[in-house]
Amino acid sequence: MNVAPAFSASCECPECAAAVTVTRRPLRGEVVRCGDCNCELEVTRIEPLSLEVAPPVQEDWGE
Amino acid sequence: MTDSPAPRVAMLHSRIRVEERLLCDEFAALGAECELLDTRELIFDIHDPSPWTRFDVVIDRCISQTNALAAVRIFERFGVPCVNPSRVIDACGDKLTTSLLLAGAGVPTPRTRIALDATSALAAVEQNGYPAVLKPTVGSWGRLLARVHDRDAAEAIIEHKATLGSVQHGVYYVQEYVNKPGRDLRVFMIGDRAICGIVRNSEHWITNTARGGKAGVLEITDELSSICTLAARAVCGDVDSPCPAVLAIDLLESPEGSGYSLLVSEINHTMEFRNSIAPTGVNIPREIAQWTLSRARTAQTAGAIA
Repeated sequence: MNVAPAFSASCECPECAAAVTVTRRPLRGEVVRCGDCNCELEVTRIEPLSLEVAPPVQEDWGE
Repeated sequence: MTDSPAPRVAMLHSRIRVEERLLCDEFAALGAECELLDTRELIFDIHDPSPWTRFDVVIDRCISQTNALAAVRIFERFGVPCVNPSRVIDACGDKLTTSLLLAGAGVPTPRTRIALDATSALAAVEQNGYPAVLKPTVGSWGRLLARVHDRDAAEAIIEHKATLGSVQHGVYYVQEYVNKPGRDLRVFMIGDRAICGIVRNSEHWITNTARGGKAGVLEITDELSSICTLAARAVCGDVDSPCPAVLAIDLLESPEGSGYSLLVSEINHTMEFRNSIAPTGVNIPREIAQWTLSRARTAQTAGAIA
């Protein structure tokens, strides 16, 4: 049985400096939220984990 | 006879939300490679399709409709099938085009008037009657919708749009307000097939889940299925041909006599579904992934025959 290797990584929230922990291997471009300030953060690098504030909603965004 | 290799999938995206992550997981579970293409990083040489023709299918999950339309048009010209096709993105990404296609196909839809000038817009609101809803033609998630109850409010909204809005707000989209029973309906379509649906309940007149609407399961009746199939075909451009798209169709229940009649309000071409899986019990990302792979295989077969 294949079991995905455990993944856990943390880095500082670029908005509020709280520690943000990701417990599943993320994809580059994935959006996560800071548990402290609720800011949307984008994964820009996986190893080592790096997060940036996600771009704000644009006028033509939607589903 | 050997099995054909699993299709190579490219997913266009501008950010990876829960939906894109779930889709990646489903492609992997189905044995297909899925390469993520961040539209912010793409450069296309329009004279050289070769870097892109390794893909058997492209699934568009961009939240920027402008970027999605541009990229999908290029992939289509390069011969790569896309889910959804550019004509569907074009039709669904612009409420005016959606409404024109729905009305043209005889799909019941709220009474809509279009004006191209602020003075005409006020006249259009008065012709439609109060309350009226003003919507931007581009945008989603219930943003910038305005319900106006009288001339004073209409004048204010129109002046704000004319003064503060981008040029796109110069197209005034005025729609009848439908006094729905505290909820709207959403039906998920895979081609001609209504796979599931939700009701979105809210005390606010805007019922989008992005605005706090709560999702519950919706039974797909024959009437719903029929109207949604016609609507899906309409935005794909041909009501006589099967729908080649994955769509979410939003409907309103309009009071009529002692009951309600159904009106199609909007159609979404890169729908979000994270809040709809649990209430419906349908694995929506699996359905989308299977459909996407089937489009690739259809194209592969056509190419092999040609």
